[in-house]
Amino acid sequence: MRRDKISETISREKKMNWMIQTLWSSIGKKLLMALTGLAFCGFLAGHLAGNLTIYGGKDAFNSYAEHLHALGPVLTLMEWGLLVFAVVHVCAGLTLFYQNFRARTSRYAVNKWAGGRTIGSATMPYTGILLLTFIILHLINFHFVDKTNTTIYQIVAQTFENPFYVVIYILAMIVAAVHVSHGLWSAFQTIGANHIKYMPFIMALSIIFSLAVGFGFGIIPIYLSFAG
Amino acid sequence: MTKTINLTLKIWRQSGPDRKGRLDTYPATDISTDMSFLEMLDVINEKLTLAGKDPIAYDHDCREGICGMCGAVVNGRAHGPEKGTTLCQLHMRHFSDGDTVVVEPWRAKAFPIIKDLVVDRSAFDIIIQAGGFISANTGGAQDANAIPAPQAAAEKAMDAAACIGCGACVAACPNAAAMLFTGAKISHLALLPQGRPEAAKRAINMLKTMDRLGFGNCTNERECEAECPKEISIVNIARMNREFLMASFFSEEN
Repeated sequence: MRRDKISETISREKKMNWMIQTLWSSIGKKLLMALTGLAFCGFLAGHLAGNLTIYGGKDAFNSYAEHLHALGPVLTLMEWGLLVFAVVHVCAGLTLFYQNFRARTSRYAVNKWAGGRTIGSATMPYTGILLLTFIILHLINFHFVDKTNTTIYQIVAQTFENPFYVVIYILAMIVAAVHVSHGLWSAFQTIGANHIKYMPFIMALSIIFSLAVGFGFGIIPIYLSFAG
Repeated sequence: MTKTINLTLKIWRQSGPDRKGRLDTYPATDISTDMSFLEMLDVINEKLTLAGKDPIAYDHDCREGICGMCGAVVNGRAHGPEKGTTLCQLHMRHFSDGDTVVVEPWRAKAFPIIKDLVVDRSAFDIIIQAGGFISANTGGAQDANAIPAPQAAAEKAMDAAACIGCGACVAACPNAAAMLFTGAKISHLALLPQGRPEAAKRAINMLKTMDRLGFGNCTNERECEAECPKEISIVNIARMNREFLMASFFSEEN
């Protein structure tokens, strides 16, 4: 019988390490998505705050970059931390995406939204994959680049002289905003933080934060292509 | 005189679990708008039977929206387009003359189709058997109010207990997840003092059983809450997440 088989499997699993069991469960994988996702939101906020120094001019931006790199090993540690988080977020996300795809083998002839879904929630795996591609491009543009005899401002300004990159970066930031608009509140729901007093604030924060990400980052390439 | 309408029905016909199914078209003529959706199907079935054809198989029992037996996806919406309504309580007055209505069964790997619109929802029973109960010694009935339960908690438990296990949450979920059902069942007992002694064990066992049954994972799409005929809130999913994570990380159960 199906029930006996399942309870047998579960009791066998229970002899395994409890942490692996917990993190491999559906809620466990979602917890990993939520915690790494929240960390990325924190990173985005920091990254945006730093980028805004570009409006202070060449020197302000270069000095921000210098101060950041002066952190030395702390910065390296944070970079590796982000990489580990990214691997966890992507692997857990793709696993969930595959499992969810497998959970409905025959499709509906008519599909309609009942009012719960949003553009953000309906496109999470796709915006996620697009963002991953963008992040690789972004790292090639500004991280794995020869920085001798030049300043970061010059590199950025040169990149955005090319209208192709301006368009790509603006589109990527729209995708990021859509991803974050669902991701932020969703992370709170997943860790169980759904409270009648705080949920309206969290929902509003998701929208405000996604707009801040979209406009905050998205306007920089436009600004630079004009201010050069 | 009651108003009547004519509809074109496209209904999923599948003769058995492992057979190939297809959408068949049936004209529904002179349908009284006072009929329920199931009464309309009865009319169609009577005609099919008289013509010597196989009637459309569908689940139903109480026909007053409380048993959880009925349900089909009507024009892409679980239990049809009305909010907080089961299929048996959906009336034909919500349709217009000349409408084409597509009727499909719940589609989820964990709910295999038995015939036409009838699906096997025993996966829900297996989740309940894994912990959706309290253990109590039998004997003389306890005095009423011997265990104090706060009124607000009792109300929330009652809201969760309103779940009739119809499966619309799974049908409506883009991922075919059973989180609203399992969340409601775990919440219903977790909120009351009688449910607390086994709360950690219950959360872990029910969730792990749910995972094993082939349901998808929740991505907080909120379609379940929008389609639930009992309007059960996703707050119950958050409570289950909390219960499961607390039980996994801080209790001695595993």
